[in-house]
Amino acid sequence: MSTVVESHDHGHHGPAKGLSRWLFTTNHKDIGTLYLWFSFIMLFIGGAMAMVIRAELFQPGLQIVQPEFFNQMTTNHGLIMVFGVIMPAFVGLANWMLPMQIGAPDMALPRLNNLSFWLLPMAFGILISTLFMPEGGPNFGWTFYAPLSTTYAPSTVNFFIFSVHVMGVSSILGSINIITTIFNMRAPGMTLMKMPLFVWSWLITAYLLIAVMPVLAGVVTMMLMDINFGTSFFNAAGGGDPVLFQHVFWFFGHPEVYIMILPAFGIVSHIIETFSRKPIFGYSSMVYAMASIAILSFVVWAHHMFTVGMPLAGELFFMYSTMLIAIPTGVKVFNWVATMFRGSITFETPMLFSIAFVALFTIGGFSGLMLAIVPADFQYHDTYFVVAHFHYVLVPGALFGIIAGAYYWLPKWTGNMYDETLGKLHFWLTFISVNVTFFPMHFVGLAGMPRRYPDYALQFADFNALISVGAFMFGLTQLLFLFIVIKTIRSGKQAKPEVWEGAGDLGLEWTLSSPPPYHSFTVQPQVK
Amino acid sequence: MAYIKKVFTKLIFVMPVLFSSLVFSESSDYNMPVGVTEVSESIFELHMVIFWICVVIGIIVFSIMFWSLWKYRKSKGAVAADFDDNFWLEIGWTVAATLVLVWMAVPSTQVMVEAYDDAEGEINILITGHQWKWHYEYLEDEVGFFSNLSTSQEQIDGEVPKGEFYLREVDEPLVIPTNTRVRFLITGNDVIHSWWVPDFAVKQDAIPGFINTAWTNVPEPGIFRGACTELCGIKHAFMPVVVRAVEREEFDAFIAEKVALAEEERLLTSKVWTKEELMARGEGFYATNCAACHQAGGQGIPPVFPALVGSQIALSDSARHIEILMEGVQGSAMAAFGDSYSEVDIASVITYTRQAWSNGENGDGVIVTPQDIVAYKNRIDL
Repeated sequence: MSTVVESHDHGHHGPAKGLSRWLFTTNHKDIGTLYLWFSFIMLFIGGAMAMVIRAELFQPGLQIVQPEFFNQMTTNHGLIMVFGVIMPAFVGLANWMLPMQIGAPDMALPRLNNLSFWLLPMAFGILISTLFMPEGGPNFGWTFYAPLSTTYAPSTVNFFIFSVHVMGVSSILGSINIITTIFNMRAPGMTLMKMPLFVWSWLITAYLLIAVMPVLAGVVTMMLMDINFGTSFFNAAGGGDPVLFQHVFWFFGHPEVYIMILPAFGIVSHIIETFSRKPIFGYSSMVYAMASIAILSFVVWAHHMFTVGMPLAGELFFMYSTMLIAIPTGVKVFNWVATMFRGSITFETPMLFSIAFVALFTIGGFSGLMLAIVPADFQYHDTYFVVAHFHYVLVPGALFGIIAGAYYWLPKWTGNMYDETLGKLHFWLTFISVNVTFFPMHFVGLAGMPRRYPDYALQFADFNALISVGAFMFGLTQLLFLFIVIKTIRSGKQAKPEVWEGAGDLGLEWTLSSPPPYHSFTVQPQVK
Repeated sequence: MAYIKKVFTKLIFVMPVLFSSLVFSESSDYNMPVGVTEVSESIFELHMVIFWICVVIGIIVFSIMFWSLWKYRKSKGAVAADFDDNFWLEIGWTVAATLVLVWMAVPSTQVMVEAYDDAEGEINILITGHQWKWHYEYLEDEVGFFSNLSTSQEQIDGEVPKGEFYLREVDEPLVIPTNTRVRFLITGNDVIHSWWVPDFAVKQDAIPGFINTAWTNVPEPGIFRGACTELCGIKHAFMPVVVRAVEREEFDAFIAEKVALAEEERLLTSKVWTKEELMARGEGFYATNCAACHQAGGQGIPPVFPALVGSQIALSDSARHIEILMEGVQGSAMAAFGDSYSEVDIASVITYTRQAWSNGENGDGVIVTPQDIVAYKNRIDL
């Protein structure tokens, strides 16, 4: 890929001063920055809730919080981490990187971009405010199964529903923007099959979002009707069907799971090829694998519901379709390994996080495969084995992808290199604590501890204490990450335009100065 | 740093091995229980087969990866090759992955077909999940009872030492006969619960408006402990399942005793009750079934669980009081107790809450008798 770099005068049209820069900005980098800081703040809020959960579970018995509050913590921890951390962080990375990777000056719809961001603080402001209301916040789990979330919910569930609607609007608007940008603003010569993998991963993710966010909006609207207007979608006493809720929710929920991992696949692919100094192995199979994962995600939803009482044929269908997903996912892992094979590898912080991503995400994939086996799932279902599984794919999976991306592109964004020693320290502390936290959860789950329990039987005590210690360590370590990011913004060795050795040939973003000009590419580069 | 790196690279290698050795032994406390039934044993074996396949794949993939990372590090002068695809290699591993999955799918399907069987049992038991206790009804003999957590609040709050079966003990376990096909019909009364006994490998959601089925056939007597595994509200962790499997003769005796007790209950309905007798019985019933929400002192947890002390209904509206106990309150956590408990229980707890605390002095002093409940039922039936 070769390009023409434009020297570029941005003195006459820089950012506005003060608060209005952030409130009214239509600049893709500013909005990207807002998204990333928002998700960073939410990481600490959602993380603090996890600390409350782990403090209570440190010992058997009720010591610190009562079950009412414990349930609010698990529910809000899940909602915030899914909708407030992982998704906005990926959108922030997309905002920063998509225009720069495809050779565009900005996103296609800048005002819409501003709106999609500013909806989010509103949505989470509403959600978190419910915790301070007399009846307390949502307490029915992040999956909010009816009728616990309808007939038996606190009245603050209405705020929760509104908040989910607002989040959904934000995601849909963001996705429209991303799809429009990718289809209309690519540099001349950049055909679809020449697009960087992060761009591909987001194109697919954006389609998933547009397909399933309306389904989520539908299911919360049905809840709203049941609660306030006397309908009986999910109320058996009125002829409704509580299982319908789960079908509709997971029809949204399973593609949602891949929304939270596909962009990480894109990021990790770039990082592995950069630090292996070798082009990604099997580019086209990487694209096809992501597309097949996305398509398959629409036909596997009921594997979350193997114990609701489906017919045998249904159980078997969802088992087979779920097992199929292991094929494209396996292909991706093999491709990453093949990219490292016969490379020239160095171990900077983004690479360390990416290697850990490949290893630990694969472990999450194995437990996922075990969970797909219906009869065995009768034993695993709703135990800590499931908690271990989805934390392995979301923390060392999605979150490591985001952190790796942040280290990888931070010198590009700020013009300063981060402190490599601190970065490595952050990696090793995170890597150790994440495994101390989530690995023993497999065992407590197999031994029979159900999830969402504020108190547990004595035989689970040892491992729970260990898990809590790991969790506290993991939480504290992320303060180090905050410190590293702030330090990099304020100072650091000047970064070159290509930042990483040889990266200049890997993508258009590395042809821009570090930090890049305010309107990334004012003249379209040529891609050969 | 280099030393730490070395140690951890090694650790990553041995992790799968460590993991497997920990859970390998069948008697391990940290593996899935083998259980006592044929189905639970098949499921355990299936679990181990799938687990070992994953371990082997993991060892292969991770070995190649870490070997590449070590062998091709730039610090040792590795120069990158320039290939970026290999058609036959990619086809090869796709086909290999597919074959491994088929290899996993075959035994999985067999075990699934074995476990999935909803034919009638010799004994059929209706299991109903309530917030926050289980109700068991023997359909052939038309007797049933509630099974409540028997761990004391003091143990939970840490005021006294925790017992051996902390949170895994109930006042009255489900009793089933050994070497008999027992079918469970599982449903929910309010929200979704899930009835799980790991040793039987039975986990079925208890869903209001649906009846799910599961079955077991336990070869040996024993006590088997399980849990509710679907989030059902604040006491989700406090409604364990305990099943006692006994020889057939002991089971028959148990049922005979239950039938006799039920008959006694029916006779009690026609007996003339004094206020004191009703109060005494009502106090016990209140402690077991009502105090979780309305609290021992009747003060409730407003606004979710209303106070009974000073409530206008408890003070002066006995008709509505009976109606609430019998029918529940739509849109709230108050369940209908009418179908689940005897007339004597309902009448005594109503009388108790009308007389206890300060309600006796401030209220109209109406005493509700079992005959009043019978009259209410007859009125509804008309």
